[in-house]
Amino acid sequence: MIEIKNICKSFSEKLVLDNVSFNFKRGKTNLIIGESGSGKTTLLRSLIGLNSIDDGEVLFDGRDFHKLKIKEKRKLRQEIGMLFQKGALYDYMTVQDNILFPLTMFTEFSIEEKINRVNECLKRVNLENCNHLLPSELSGGMTKRVSIARAIVMKPKYLLCDEPNSGLDPKTAILIDNLIQEITEENNITTIVNTHDMNSVMEIGESIAYLHKGKLCWQGTKDDLINSQNKELNNFVFASKLFKRLKKS
Amino acid sequence: MNKILKHLGKYLLMLNKVFSFPEKRTIFLKQLNLEFKKIGLDSIGIVTIISFFIGAVVSIQTAYNFESPLYPKYLIGFATRESLLLEFCPTMLSLILAGKIGSNIASEIGSMRVSEQIDALEIMGVNSASFLILPKIIASLLFFPCLIILSISIGLIGGWVGCQNTGITTASYLYGIKFDFNPFYITYCLIKTTVFAFIISSVSSYFGYYTKGGALEVGASSTRAVVYSSIFILLFNFLLTDLLLA
Ligand SMILES: Nc1ncnc2c1ncn2[C@@H]1O[C@H](COP(=O)(O)OP(=O)(O)O)[C@@H](O)[C@H]1O
Ligand SMILES: [Mg+2]
Repeated sequence: MIEIKNICKSFSEKLVLDNVSFNFKRGKTNLIIGESGSGKTTLLRSLIGLNSIDDGEVLFDGRDFHKLKIKEKRKLRQEIGMLFQKGALYDYMTVQDNILFPLTMFTEFSIEEKINRVNECLKRVNLENCNHLLPSELSGGMTKRVSIARAIVMKPKYLLCDEPNSGLDPKTAILIDNLIQEITEENNITTIVNTHDMNSVMEIGESIAYLHKGKLCWQGTKDDLINSQNKELNNFVFASKLFKRLKKS
Repeated sequence: MNKILKHLGKYLLMLNKVFSFPEKRTIFLKQLNLEFKKIGLDSIGIVTIISFFIGAVVSIQTAYNFESPLYPKYLIGFATRESLLLEFCPTMLSLILAGKIGSNIASEIGSMRVSEQIDALEIMGVNSASFLILPKIIASLLFFPCLIILSISIGLIGGWVGCQNTGITTASYLYGIKFDFNPFYITYCLIKTTVFAFIISSVSSYFGYYTKGGALEVGASSTRAVVYSSIFILLFNFLLTDLLLA
């Protein structure tokens, strides 16, 4: 479980996160939704110290991340997998070396064990026989899959995903969403997913936090969402004609 | 002034992060090996070409200035050696390498920053500054002196080729380049080179590491890396020469 309490963050005068508190539950895919610029990425990065925070606490199963010493932070980070919006694969390494990297860095496994583990992870994300491709040779969906494989290779307790399906076609997007949800449940991971995509909200939204201009405006499940009377939330959710029509019917 | 101090502070903090013990020796050595190739081996070509022509031109110009029969011919060899050893090879070559290697380092690290690869390293619990920058600094410190020694040797050969038309014999050129040799100049040259190597690799890494934004800013960082490395090279050239030779 990741608890955040009263997080505030501003970038030179501009308040981006305004007193945000939430509990991200273990074994669930917790969604953070909100329009572009509402502070989702900043929130996710603040959790793990890629941004500093001005005020508040982030508790990883009770451990306050921002109070840890630098060495302890690095230790805790080894329990976290993260999926970046642009993939962030190391572009001079092959797919296999990308996924091997954390294993080589932090474990003492033999090379066969490591390769086996890599192949397991690649199989889990339904990508086989592309071990020797370079990131520049992958499609958008493949890049996301490889990033997922890299994020789960160390068997993390926490998985953070920033817009995992941005830039993908709707079908691939849903595959990726479901993959993240399955992996979360299989391994009992605390997963947080940032998204502005209503399709994924309807697909995997068991626990949703709605961020509006840096404030936590609403929280609930996807069923609550449909029936919510919250004005900002309704403006966001039913922005498209398709969803407006669905709401009427 | 405030801004300069801020940069200086950030630079020193970065160096503090860089000089921590590598987490995994095998990975560090692998990175170091890559950097040797990128920083060292890939520069041999340009160093050879530039040194050869500089040596040739220096000796022709010296010969031109020493036309009078009062000067013994071997002075051409002597003057060529002195100017190559004291100034042209360590300083000019470092300025050229600042352009080649500095922009390479800054754009490589900068694009890793803007594509979130550095964040990805941090999130795995890797000390990204040490992982990326330390091998570059070490490779530069070890390889620059070799490049400069190579450069001096090629420069002297260039000088010999250059003065073929000026009537000086090979024997007196060779006598000239051995004449009144002060071994301390080699030490001086290597000290300067090592300092310049550190400046180029660390200053360029600094600008790359703290890139913000997108592709445009990567370009800007790489320009800044070259400009500031060059300025610091010239500044330290002045200080070191004053300290060591005056
Ligand atoms: N490093 C930064 N420096 C200054 N402002 C930033 C920085 N990162 C984000 N912001 C600002 O914070 C706001 C929220 O951004 P972000 O968290 O990326 O939103 P989202 O991910 O929800 O689209 C934006 O207005 C953006 O301009
Ligand atoms: Mg974002």
